Amino acid sequence: MISPKYHREIPQRYRLEAGKCKACSNISFPPRLVCPECGKNEFETVRLNGEGKLLTYTIIRVASDKFFGKTPFAVGIVELKDGVKLTTQIADVDFDKIKIGIKVKLVFRKIQDEGKSGLHCYGYKAVLV
Amino acid sequence: MRDVAVIGIGMTQFGELWGKSIKDIFVEAATKAIKNAGVDHIDSMYVGSMSSGLFVGQEHLGAILADYLGQTPIPSTRVESACASGGAAFRAAYFEVASGASDIVLAGGVEKMTDGADVTEALATAADQEYEVYQGVTFPGLYAMIANAHMNQYGTTREQLAAISVKNHRNGANNPNAQFRSPVTLEQVMNSTLVADPLRLLDCSPVSDGGAAVILCSMDVAKKFTDTIIKVKGTAQASDTIALHSRKSLTTLNSVVTAAHKAYKMAGVTPKDINFAEVHDCFTIAEAVVYEDLGFCEKGCGGPAAEEGRTAIDGKTPLNTSGGLKSKGHPVGATGIAQIIELYEQLTGQAGKRQVKNAHIGLAQNMGGSGASCVINILEAK
Repeated sequence: MISPKYHREIPQRYRLEAGKCKACSNISFPPRLVCPECGKNEFETVRLNGEGKLLTYTIIRVASDKFFGKTPFAVGIVELKDGVKLTTQIADVDFDKIKIGIKVKLVFRKIQDEGKSGLHCYGYKAVLV
Repeated sequence: MRDVAVIGIGMTQFGELWGKSIKDIFVEAATKAIKNAGVDHIDSMYVGSMSSGLFVGQEHLGAILADYLGQTPIPSTRVESACASGGAAFRAAYFEVASGASDIVLAGGVEKMTDGADVTEALATAADQEYEVYQGVTFPGLYAMIANAHMNQYGTTREQLAAISVKNHRNGANNPNAQFRSPVTLEQVMNSTLVADPLRLLDCSPVSDGGAAVILCSMDVAKKFTDTIIKVKGTAQASDTIALHSRKSLTTLNSVVTAAHKAYKMAGVTPKDINFAEVHDCFTIAEAVVYEDLGFCEKGCGGPAAEEGRTAIDGKTPLNTSGGLKSKGHPVGATGIAQIIELYEQLTGQAGKRQVKNAHIGLAQNMGGSGASCVINILEAK
């Protein structure tokens, strides 16, 4: 059974839905109830474009049990063109090609398996443009 | 508010204490502190613990520890601010005494990390579960991303980070309570196993069990027990976004900058007046960044500082004379209190081979997560 915790995040993980503040236009991802920039609380739903650049990264060599067998894998912080920043795995790339500043885009991928039943959990990963 | 003093300290050995439970560890530290202070009672207690629920399956820690310490029915509360839990417990105790509500309060911290829990997963709960950890990020991974950004922006080198580990192991070798009492060489750090590039095993603080406790009291009460008054001169706390990626800068920890500013103001001092400091070196890069953000040098000088000996015991600003989290160990909730204990030992001239000359004012910086919480306490020998 899909867990409520997972289900709640589907709009963000599958469709990159964010909240754009109607007062100051700041985009929050994930959406928030209070705008961190201006404190107002009315938003419209927007979809992130998914293209951006890598601000920093690392190669995870030792992971939690949940990611056992998946190491090593790359993760980084990406700044999207809309100004949103997020943490994501970096897929389909030789580690030595990963540099700060490279252009990336977000794609839909499997991220992990949930619980003993191994339910597939999806989301975004970055790939080189 | 009235002035508050620290009059007693107690801690356990830090390390893998397989024969001892979380209760045994805390009671040992608290009993030592009460005895060391010479008080016949305490009015209340606060205990910092990051995740007793995940590590040993025990919540309601305040009550169970008061029970096993033989202190019921005094009020006893567990305080949680991730790795800054100990520092936050100290502040809670400080305010209870400063407000006049109580005269003598125990501030403690404890963590039992070697009972079989998935430590990497438990520690990761201090980050954003859905938007950082979901992607597989670990704490070494978060600090590794700070390290890569710092190296890119300021030219910090791998060798400079290694020098921090070498310095802290050298200090910890002279600390009888330290988990690792063995010096390490630059080569050993540089060749240790990669955990999250560029951080290696010897850049990371270890998994530890341990407890620490101190006794705080009003200045009037302190004078009845001791002539060596250690005054709490400043205390401050600040927060930042839980996710590293939400911050405007990846190389400055704003919670540290803000808490430091407030603590200096309360204490009426500047960074130049601080004779030595215990800082939260959960990873080597953290010590470099915190050294800068506490205002001890310009941004970007945190790397060269250790390499040039500026943060050594005989340097301009000795950092982590106890061995820091790296060598002394990091039983998460106990760390903030153990930092206060090092300040106390230095300020009372009891630090032995680790003793800093002319130690009058010391600062303890304790932080949680990737810097989403920061607690700073400044102590002074009167």
